Amino acid sequence: MSGELLSARSLEVTFASRHGPTNAKGVDGVDLDVGAGEIVALVGESGCGKTTLARTLLGLERPSAGQVSYAQSPLRYSTRALRDYRRHVQLILQDPTGALNPRQSVYESVAEGLRIHKLVERYHREGTALTEVDLVARALSRAGLRPPERFFLSFPHELSGGQRQRVVIAGALALEPDVLIADEPVSSLDASIRGEILALLLKLRDDLGLSVLVVTHDLGLAWNIADRIAVMYLGRIVEVGTTEEVLGHPRHPYTRALLSVVPEIEQIDPIVLSGETPDPSRIPPGCRFHPRCPALQGGEATAVGVAGRCTGEDLPVIEAVREHQAACWLSMAVSSVG
Amino acid sequence: MASLLEINDLHVTYRTAGGDLPAVRGVSLSIDAGESLGVAGESGCGKSTVASTVLRLQPKNAQVSGQVLVAGKDVLTMRWGHLRAVRWADASVIFQGALHSLNPVQRIGDQIGEPIRLHDSSVSKAEAATRVGQLLEQVGIPASRGRSYPHQLSGGQRQRIMIAMALACRPSLVVADEPTTALDVMVQAQVLGVLTDLVHELGLGLLLISHDLSVLGTTCDRVLVMYAGRVVEEGPAGRVFDDPHHPYSGALAASFPRVGDPAARFAPAGLPGDPPDPRSLPAGCTFHPRCRLQTAECQLSDPPLQIHGLSRPVACIHADGTNMKTAAEARQRRPDQPVELAAGTGSTPTRRGGRDEW
Repeated sequence: MSGELLSARSLEVTFASRHGPTNAKGVDGVDLDVGAGEIVALVGESGCGKTTLARTLLGLERPSAGQVSYAQSPLRYSTRALRDYRRHVQLILQDPTGALNPRQSVYESVAEGLRIHKLVERYHREGTALTEVDLVARALSRAGLRPPERFFLSFPHELSGGQRQRVVIAGALALEPDVLIADEPVSSLDASIRGEILALLLKLRDDLGLSVLVVTHDLGLAWNIADRIAVMYLGRIVEVGTTEEVLGHPRHPYTRALLSVVPEIEQIDPIVLSGETPDPSRIPPGCRFHPRCPALQGGEATAVGVAGRCTGEDLPVIEAVREHQAACWLSMAVSSVG
Repeated sequence: MASLLEINDLHVTYRTAGGDLPAVRGVSLSIDAGESLGVAGESGCGKSTVASTVLRLQPKNAQVSGQVLVAGKDVLTMRWGHLRAVRWADASVIFQGALHSLNPVQRIGDQIGEPIRLHDSSVSKAEAATRVGQLLEQVGIPASRGRSYPHQLSGGQRQRIMIAMALACRPSLVVADEPTTALDVMVQAQVLGVLTDLVHELGLGLLLISHDLSVLGTTCDRVLVMYAGRVVEEGPAGRVFDDPHHPYSGALAASFPRVGDPAARFAPAGLPGDPPDPRSLPAGCTFHPRCRLQTAECQLSDPPLQIHGLSRPVACIHADGTNMKTAAEARQRRPDQPVELAAGTGSTPTRRGGRDEW
């Protein structure tokens, strides 16, 4: 991969707390790269900070430390710079019904971005005589709504769930972005539509060379479309690698637990972690996963002699290099021996 | 002994301004004690309507025919006072949105205790409180959390509160409509674990509604797959998910890939098109416009649910054992064709006049 398109370095996002002196760390030191034409899945439980990380990558949230860069240049936070940035990096939300204005026709919804970014004028200056209608039609047909003209005057309530999500995607595509950040793009859709929207994301990557960062808790989705997976737990990436590496040979006990509760996998005994993701304002010392870690409770860590490190020593942040890595003392000890 | 729940040839038609909408067209099912039955299908297939008739919760514009027997008593013709007694005590419902179903300004312990004292006025406050504590522990929440308000609990905890509440009057039947849809995988596993344990420990009957066939496949004993208001396949849950006979069940099963399955890698499987508009169902088999096995014969008549020499009833003329396609084969299909408007808006509700003139 020649250049990383979108990268995060030592990214931290803190939220001021209204109760007590400790701030909640939504994102606590993350390095992550998304290459050109690459589909990366960011997976983890609710509350692990994956949506906060996605919002920070979009410039919707300002990092309290670290840096987001796009095409090797750091993101600037002036209104103008952000507007320009968001033409290149577009967001697709979970619920298409909520993302579309019910009183706007499909045409208006898709054209809105074009008008904000004055794209028709820009193309005109560059010598391409594309009208707004052409651009809207092109975006709709790329999103699989064909023939596009017949959708122009439809309203969201006249469309099915899958079609609505396609309109949202068309709205993003109209701006000719390089990166799509999709936050749970199919979790509010029916099972049968899910596959079609995922196939569309793959097709957009193949046809237009788009990069996609998919935020999800659905490992089946990641297996369906992602090249690489980053597993997030309590504000940090705890395991990263290609989809085959992470889902085929998971190293972190957390990834293994997540995999074991996917209903389709029957061979593994489910490891149901008790409790929910802990509070980001009280990150446990040592490995942040140790209070819920089945490998520590089961004595595996003690057997290898790393239990002390698990409870007492914080792990280094996983670097954004392209190899399979896990932030786990046990997996590090085992792999260095083997 | 009669089944806990028996539904015979249920038809539900909604009277709407746009004409009659047949949501359920002849569904029969039964659940015994200690048994869990799953109902799978897309939005609009009528699965929630079936669930709502169990306690006569369907809206006023619904016209219902057929029989719904809860512990042998017909719910549809029952007197109002009698129905009130059946709700909670014989059968109870767990709805999807726990946040919207709980009162935000009442402690959860009081909310769980309310139906107990309403249904049996001889229960003292202290007795009700003890019972609430037991219920909370049954769903894996410390009894002390009864003093919390809903906003102090996480999504998974709230959903477990809903389960505790449904168990408050010791019903023998629980209907759960998409109980885990809004939850993430780990919490979903916790909630489903609580439900299956209760079915085994208390001998409850469970009717579990979900669009996720993989959830039903691992949680239930048997499943029904519904399409356009009818049951198209019925059988043991794991078998229907692993080896579906109806092409629709196959598509539904394939849309949740098995992690590690090379056939699903970079090949998400879906089902092109949308479910049909109940007001104008396609002629013949209602699934044929979206079916990859369709032939001219499919347009002639809607096939009944039959055992064609197979192990379980399937409503498809091609499911005769020779032409059967497994989920693995269904997965090879890549649904990246565009959605054509002709197929698309056929299912959409009203199209206001004048808008077609562009």
